Amino acid sequence: QNHGYRTLSLSGHVGFGSLPEQLVKKSIKQGFCFNILCIGETGIGKSALINSLFNTNFDDPVSTHFLPRVQLRAQTYELQESNVLLKLTVVDTVGFGDQINREHSYQPIVDYVDAQFEAYLQEELKINRSLFSYHDTRIHVCIYFISPTGHSLKTLDLLTMKSLDSKVNIIPIIGKADGISKTELQNFKNKIMSELVSNGVQIYQFPADDETFSEINTIMNGYLPFAVVGSTKEVKIGNKMVRARQYPWGIVQVENENHCDFVKLRKMLICTNMEDLREQTHARHYELYRRCRLEEMGFTDTGPESKPVSLQEAYEAKRHELYLELQRKEEKMRQQFVQRVKEKETILKEAEQQIQTKFEHHMLMHQEVKQKLEKKKKVLENEIALFIEKKANAELLRSQASVSTPVVTLKRDKDGK
Amino acid sequence: GSSLEPEEQSMEPPTVPEEEMPLATVPGPAGCQMFGYVGIEAVLDQMKVKTMKMGFEFNIMVVGQSGLGKSTMVNTLFKSKVSRKASQPGQQERIPRTVQLQSITHVIEEKGVKMKLTVTDTPGFGDQINNDNCWDPIIKYINEQYERYLREEILITRKRKIPDTRVHGCVYFVPPTGHWLRPLDLEFMRRLSKIVNVVPVIAKADTLTLEERAEFKQRVRASPQGAPGVPCVPLGAPLKPHLPQIQEDLKAHAISVYPQQDFDQDPEDRALNDRIREKIPFAVVGADQEHQVNGKRVLGRKTKWGIIEVENAAHCEFPLLRDLLIRSHLQDLKDITHNVHYESYRVRRLNESN
Repeated sequence: QNHGYRTLSLSGHVGFGSLPEQLVKKSIKQGFCFNILCIGETGIGKSALINSLFNTNFDDPVSTHFLPRVQLRAQTYELQESNVLLKLTVVDTVGFGDQINREHSYQPIVDYVDAQFEAYLQEELKINRSLFSYHDTRIHVCIYFISPTGHSLKTLDLLTMKSLDSKVNIIPIIGKADGISKTELQNFKNKIMSELVSNGVQIYQFPADDETFSEINTIMNGYLPFAVVGSTKEVKIGNKMVRARQYPWGIVQVENENHCDFVKLRKMLICTNMEDLREQTHARHYELYRRCRLEEMGFTDTGPESKPVSLQEAYEAKRHELYLELQRKEEKMRQQFVQRVKEKETILKEAEQQIQTKFEHHMLMHQEVKQKLEKKKKVLENEIALFIEKKANAELLRSQASVSTPVVTLKRDKDGK
Repeated sequence: GSSLEPEEQSMEPPTVPEEEMPLATVPGPAGCQMFGYVGIEAVLDQMKVKTMKMGFEFNIMVVGQSGLGKSTMVNTLFKSKVSRKASQPGQQERIPRTVQLQSITHVIEEKGVKMKLTVTDTPGFGDQINNDNCWDPIIKYINEQYERYLREEILITRKRKIPDTRVHGCVYFVPPTGHWLRPLDLEFMRRLSKIVNVVPVIAKADTLTLEERAEFKQRVRASPQGAPGVPCVPLGAPLKPHLPQIQEDLKAHAISVYPQQDFDQDPEDRALNDRIREKIPFAVVGADQEHQVNGKRVLGRKTKWGIIEVENAAHCEFPLLRDLLIRSHLQDLKDITHNVHYESYRVRRLNESN
């Protein structure tokens, strides 16, 4: 970077040696963001580990095993240590590995990681943007919990890690490692690492290029994957309260390096490499995402004649394309609307027809019934008229017959009937 | 098991107290109480190591008529021969007929911090009979640097570290005659303060009027020559009798010089910057020759009535300028350039295509 420029020697104290301090002061004012993604099966100790790492008790509800699919749950906390303000976001994979069919377990995770990159990219592409006050949600490190089976990696583990290794820094750890004996542990670790290598999974390597940290980082690289134990409870040992898990046969101390690699994990993750993790996420993983995405959107750096495409042209072309797309969509929607209206109209017409026919049918029926009734009415009226006539005749005869003999009357009555 | 530093036995934090976090009153990050030392503050050291390895870039532009001591000033600021001057005192430097811009880049190192310093000089500015639009080449240059950065930033495959040639600070030299601002000064500062951080200074402040000279002589004579810390007549009065008027002029023309009031981040910033703003423009003297004063070697200008010590705050305001530009606000100059001026340029540029 400094090639070709003359080096000048200073004849006195200038004062720019304070630059790193000035920069640090600014960063302190701005605060730091750190986002951790924890992937592991339900019950493998993700919450306990995070609590132990940051020496606090985040309120995390316990999950069930019966979720239909993997969900990602993100929670942000503000931690402060002396004058450093850390905005810590912990993303948990709820329900990972619980389903019977786990083919799609890793997809929501990949989608989530991509979504954070996308959000940052959108902000970066805005015309009026405010990157320096943007709350960075991109995942800086993915802690992958391996089940302490003692044998090898599961297929799900390999698949998931492979799909994420070019998007996040992966640190694999063995969860609930208090169930593995010392002798089994080293074999297990070796097996895991060789499987990762043979499957081409790129995990995060602690950087060994800077002399300040290269020695410790190289040593720690050899301890991967870290076998950790986490605990939310404290046990009294001697005269101190320490985080530990109490068993009938002994106490496993989280922060005892003889018992597990927890202290190493914390040192590597926070004390030594937090800044590098953030930088790798921004300079490597995000740039890769951005490049792929821009190419997908149709941007190129060089035009058809290998001449650099000007920004203006690129934006114009894109805007034009989007405008055409917009037109197309509008047209489609309009046609759909017209279609729907037509359909509705025909339906209504049919209904109308039906009602019309029914109405006519009913009218006909009504007519027929009416005619029938008219006829009946006439018949009845005739009968009534006849009856009245007969009754009148009968009355007449009766009044005449009251003077003559009863026998005749009887006969006549019979006849009269 | 391995034995690491004792501080890793973390249940006994030696000095870090439990921090009571105020719970957030809006939904969002929840405050959490930490029960012991975790090591988060180690990230500060990590940052320092990273930035020391990367090195810094700083680009400064000096603008003013020829003969105002711009080159000397830069050399005094950076205690090295950054700008080349006429080697013989009698040699006439040819004044160019239009404003030229010349950039020189050097690498300097102090306390393990490497800095790539670029100084852009503007010979010919204000030297013509007709100085109309003499600021145009300067504005063009500044915008060109923004353009360069923008092009790098929008590439699909872009560099890990985009080379920064943007001008972080523009030191504008006001001639000492009159001690107030001329139309050229106002016009220049008005235009430039919109696109770059402008720091106006009164140059060659050792050239005083007769009246002021007498007062100054008196001041120097009253104290043993150059003894630092001897209280003298307050600096503002004799050297900058028209300071209030200058500041008024700036306000009247809505010229916002660095540090701009709009960008004060918090009350602490504001208080610090207010103190600086009270004294702007600084009255400076440049010198790159050392003299013997009271048994010490000091940078200064030798005059018939005494040695003006450049770094003596009682003699001139050079220390204030140096502190502002280098010791306290260097990073801030770069940040304002990146977050404000560059962003404005970007917005203008991207809206152009509409």
